Amino acid sequence: MIQHSRIIASSAFLAAAAAVFVLPDWMISLATIAFANGLVVLGLIVLWRAGLVSFGQALYYCIGAYAVALVGRWTGITDAILLVLIGGACAGLVSFVVGFLLARYREIFFAMLSLALSMILYGVLVKTESLGSTDGFSVIVPTFLGYAPHQDGLLAALYWLVLAVCAIAALLVDAYFHSVAGALAVPLRDNEIRVEFLGLSVSRLIHTKLVISGLLGGLGGALAALAVGHVDPNMSYWTTSGEFVFITILAGAGSVGPAFVGSLLFESVRSFAVAMLPQLWQLLLGSVLLLTILFLPQGLGSLITRLRWRRGVEAP
Amino acid sequence: MLTAFAILVDGLVYAAYLFIVAIGLTLIFGVMKILNVAHGSFYTFGAYGAATAVGIYFDRGLPAAGGFLLMALFAMVLGLALGLILERGVMRLVYGRDEVVMVLVTYAAFLILEDIVILIWGPGSYATYQPLLAAGNTEVGELILSNYDLGLIVVAALLAMISFWALKFTRYGRLLTAVIFDRETAAAFGINVRLVYTVTFVIGAMLGALGGAIMAPKIAVTLGIGVEVIVLAFAVVAIGGMGSIEGALVGALIVGICRAAAVHLVPQIELFVIYGVMALVLLIRPYGLFVRAQPRKI
Amino acid sequence: MLDRGSTLGALGLSCLLVSLLGVAIEPARAQNAAPVKLGIVSFLTGPAAAPFGIPGRNGAEIMIEAMNAGKVPAPFNKAGFGGGKIEAKYIDETGSAANVVTEFRNLVQRDQVDAVVGYVSSGSCLAVTPVAEELKALTVLYDCGTPRIFEEKPRNYVFRVSPHATMDNVGAARYLLAKKPDITSYSGINQNYAWGQDSWRDFTGAMQVLAPKITVDKVLFPKLFAGEYGAEISTLLTSKSQVLHTSFYDGDLEAFLYQEQARALDKRMTIIATTGEAAIWRLRDKMPNGTIIGGRGPNGPLAPDSELNRWFQKIYSDRYNVPPTYPAYQMAMSLLGLKLAYEKAQKGEAKPTTDEVAAAFKGIEFEGPSGKVKLAIGNGHQGISETAYGTYRFNKEKNEPEIVDIVRFPAECVNPPAGINADDWIKEGMKGAKC
Repeated sequence: MIQHSRIIASSAFLAAAAAVFVLPDWMISLATIAFANGLVVLGLIVLWRAGLVSFGQALYYCIGAYAVALVGRWTGITDAILLVLIGGACAGLVSFVVGFLLARYREIFFAMLSLALSMILYGVLVKTESLGSTDGFSVIVPTFLGYAPHQDGLLAALYWLVLAVCAIAALLVDAYFHSVAGALAVPLRDNEIRVEFLGLSVSRLIHTKLVISGLLGGLGGALAALAVGHVDPNMSYWTTSGEFVFITILAGAGSVGPAFVGSLLFESVRSFAVAMLPQLWQLLLGSVLLLTILFLPQGLGSLITRLRWRRGVEAP
Repeated sequence: MLTAFAILVDGLVYAAYLFIVAIGLTLIFGVMKILNVAHGSFYTFGAYGAATAVGIYFDRGLPAAGGFLLMALFAMVLGLALGLILERGVMRLVYGRDEVVMVLVTYAAFLILEDIVILIWGPGSYATYQPLLAAGNTEVGELILSNYDLGLIVVAALLAMISFWALKFTRYGRLLTAVIFDRETAAAFGINVRLVYTVTFVIGAMLGALGGAIMAPKIAVTLGIGVEVIVLAFAVVAIGGMGSIEGALVGALIVGICRAAAVHLVPQIELFVIYGVMALVLLIRPYGLFVRAQPRKI
Repeated sequence: MLDRGSTLGALGLSCLLVSLLGVAIEPARAQNAAPVKLGIVSFLTGPAAAPFGIPGRNGAEIMIEAMNAGKVPAPFNKAGFGGGKIEAKYIDETGSAANVVTEFRNLVQRDQVDAVVGYVSSGSCLAVTPVAEELKALTVLYDCGTPRIFEEKPRNYVFRVSPHATMDNVGAARYLLAKKPDITSYSGINQNYAWGQDSWRDFTGAMQVLAPKITVDKVLFPKLFAGEYGAEISTLLTSKSQVLHTSFYDGDLEAFLYQEQARALDKRMTIIATTGEAAIWRLRDKMPNGTIIGGRGPNGPLAPDSELNRWFQKIYSDRYNVPPTYPAYQMAMSLLGLKLAYEKAQKGEAKPTTDEVAAAFKGIEFEGPSGKVKLAIGNGHQGISETAYGTYRFNKEKNEPEIVDIVRFPAECVNPPAGINADDWIKEGMKGAKC
C-alpha cells in the first residue's frame, strides 16, 4: 500500500513539474500560489490530527512573508532558496517561543488565543507606517543560485521551487506521521490523559507539532510572498487563517497529498466562481464547502481511501 | 473627572453593544457546543430587516416610539425564520460530527447568506437613523450623551436580567442548563435534546438579529457588517467562558471599559485592546472567566 | 499489484481539476482588429462596494455603452475605441493581494484583455503594478489614491488619470484657511489604515506649512469599519478644536455623522470630509450644513459646468436613478483618456499595439466631465488636475443637496511638481506651488 501511494505521488509530482511546458502561464501562477498555501494547510493537518484547530496560522504565514520581504529590502540577499529558508526559520522560531504558551490550551481556547496572536501582529503592522501600513510593499525579484530569470523563466523557476519545497515537506511530514511521535497524534486527540499515563509528555508532543506547523506556515508564506510579489498586513488577518482552515477541512486529515490537491481545488473554484459570478461568487464557494462537508465528511482524502476500500472488499 | 465619567459611559455603551451581540452566540455554544460563525449573518439580517421596516414605517410619519418596537419585532421574526431554516435544514444533517466540521458548516452558511443579502437587498447601503435621532440627547456638563445609547444600556441590562431569570426560574431554562452541563445524562433523563437544540438555536438567532436591529440606526447598513461583529462576539465569549451568560456580561464590560479608556487616554493601542484583553484573560484563566468545573473523563 | 481503484481515483480527481480550470478558460477569440477587450476591476462585494466599487462599475458600464453607440460628445464621438467595439469583463476586487494578482493575471493571460481599468484599494494598485509591468499589460488605475505607484519606480504600462490623494488634503487645508483663517486648533478622526494615516499626514503637513500657529488637539484613529464611535465622539466633545478633519468614507462616514448628530458635535466643530461628496445623495439632510466637502477632485457638484459634464450626469442619472459620484467620474475620465490614447496611436483601421498606446498615453492632456487633466508627473503617467472644495447646504425648498462657496485651486497649487515625492514636497514647504 505504501509502495503504491509513493508511485502515485511521484508520478503526480513529475506531471506537475512537466505541466509548466504544457499549461498556460495563468494556470501556473495560480498553481504556484495554491501549492504555497498547501504548505500552510499541511501544517494545519499536523495539528488537526492531534485534535487542535488553529485559527492563527496566518501569524506564521505573515512572518514568513514579511521576513522574505524585509530581508530582500534591507540586505542584498536575493537568492530565493536562502530567503525561503530564512522565512521558514523566523516563523519556526516564533512558533517555538509562542508554543510554550499555546501548548497549554485546547479546543476553542486554543483557536481563540492563536487568533488573538495573529491579530496582534496585524495591529502592529497596520500601525507601522514605514512599512506601508495596510498597503504593504513589494518583494524583490528573486534569483536562483546566481541565475536571474525573467518573465516566463521566473514563473517556471518559482513554480519548480515551490514544487520542490512541497515535495520535501510532504516526504518529511509523511515520515513524521509514520513515526511514533506522529502516530501519537490520534491518541492525543482521543484521550490525552491516557497518553500521559503511558509516561509520555503531552505538552512536549504538542509543542513539537506547533513548531512543525509554524515552520510549514512560514515556508508557505515566504513562497507566497515571492510568488505574489507583494506583502501586506492582511496576510495576518483572521480571515486568512479561516481560509486555510476551510481548505484543511476540504482536504481531510488523512494524509499529506490532499493538502495540496485541496488547496489547488480551492483556488481553482474561487477563480472560477469570480469569473462566472462576479457579485455572487461567495455563494458558490459556500455551497461547494457545504456539499463537501455533507457528502465527503472526511475530506477529499477519503475519496481516494473509499475507492481503495471498495476495491479491497471486491477482491476475493 | 469628566473624562472618567465619559470613559464609564462610553464603556457601558460599548459593553451593551458587545453583550447584545454576544449573548446569542454564547447560548448556542453553551448548549450545542458549536461556535456559530453564521451569527454574523443573523446580525446582518437583523440590521437589514430593521432598515426595511424602519424605512416603511417612518415614511408614513407615524410616531417614533412605535418605530423602535417594530424594528425589534421585525428583526426577531427574521431571526426566527432564519434560525429555523438553518437549523432544520442544515445543522440537523451534521449533528454528532466533529465540532470543527460543525463550525465549518456555519462558515459555509455564512458565506452563502452574505450573498443572499445581495440578492434580496442589493449591494447598496441603507440608512435607518430615524430612531437614533428621534431619541434626542442629554447634556451632562460639557458632554452630550445620546439617549439612544443610554437606551442601549437599559436594553442590555434587561436582556441580561431576563436571561438569568429564564435560565434559573423557568422549566425550560432549567432544561437548558441541564443540557449545558451534560448532554448525555440529560438525554438519559428523558429530555428531548434535539428539541432543546432547535429552540436554543432559534433563540440565539433571534438574539443575534435583535443585536443587528438595535445597532442599525447607528451605523450604515451595508455589506460586511457581519464580519467585524463575529470576531468581537467570539472574543467576548472566549473571555467570559463558553456558555456562560454572566461571563458574556463581565467579558463585555471589561472589553468595553478598556476600549473606552484606550480611546480617551492612549488612542494608539485601541486596535489591540480587545485581543490584548482576550490574551491576558486566557493567560490567567485558560477556560475563560466563568467556567464550570469539568469532570475529567478518563 | 497495482491498485487500480486508487489510481482511478487520483486520475479522476486530476481530470476534474483540469476540466474545472478548462471551463474557466474563455475560448480564444479570432485575432480581429475590431473588438477591444477591457477588464474592469472594482469592489462588487463588501463594504467598499456601495460607495466606490459599484459607482465605478456603473460609470464604466454607461460610458462603454455610450462609446460603443458613438454617443459621447466630441472629441470622443468615434464609436468604441477607434471604431472597435468595446467588450468589458467585470471582476470583483475583493480578496487578498494574492487573489487580486491572480485575477489580474487571469484577465491578461487567460482572457487576453487589451487593457485593465480598475482598482479602488491602494494595496491592490501597489500589488498589481509590478505584475502589469512584468506582463507588459496596459493598466489604468482609476481610484486608488497612494502617490507611491509612480514614485517608487518609473512605469511603462501603468497609468493613472485621476490625481492622487495628496491633492485632496492639501486642497482641504487651503480651503479651510481661506474660509476660516482664525481657528486656533483642529482635531482629526481617520481610519486606522494606510488611507486614513496618509490623509492625516498630508493634511497636518500642509497645515504645518501654511499655518504653523494652529495646533492639533485630538488625533483619533479608530479601526476601519468600526461602526461604533461613541468613545471617539465623547473625546471630541471635550476638545477645544473648532475643526475636525476626517477622511472617513461612506459607511463609516455615515455612521459617524448619524452618531455625532445625535450628540450635536457638529454644532461645536466644523467637519471637513475630504471624500464627503460620495455620500451626499444618501445622507441628504443628515449631512450637517456647513460641512466642508471634498470629492477627490472636481467631481459631482464640484465639477466645472460643461456640455460633457451635463451629458454625463444625465445619462448616469437616467440609468441609475442617482447622480454620479466621484468614483463614477474617475472611471469615466480613465476610460476617456484610454480611448483618446488608443485613437491617437491608431494608424488607419488596424489595432495599435500596447506599446503604441502606452507611448500615446504618456503625457496626454484632455478635458472630460471633471474638467481638464494632464498626465504631467510620474514621468508622464500620473494625472494632475485642479481641485475644488465647497461647503455643504441642504436646500429645503428644492429638497436637494447643494455645495456652495466652491473654491477651485489650480493643479500646480495642490499637486507636487514632477520629480519630487509628494511627502517630501509637503515637508519641504510645498515649494513651487502656483496658486
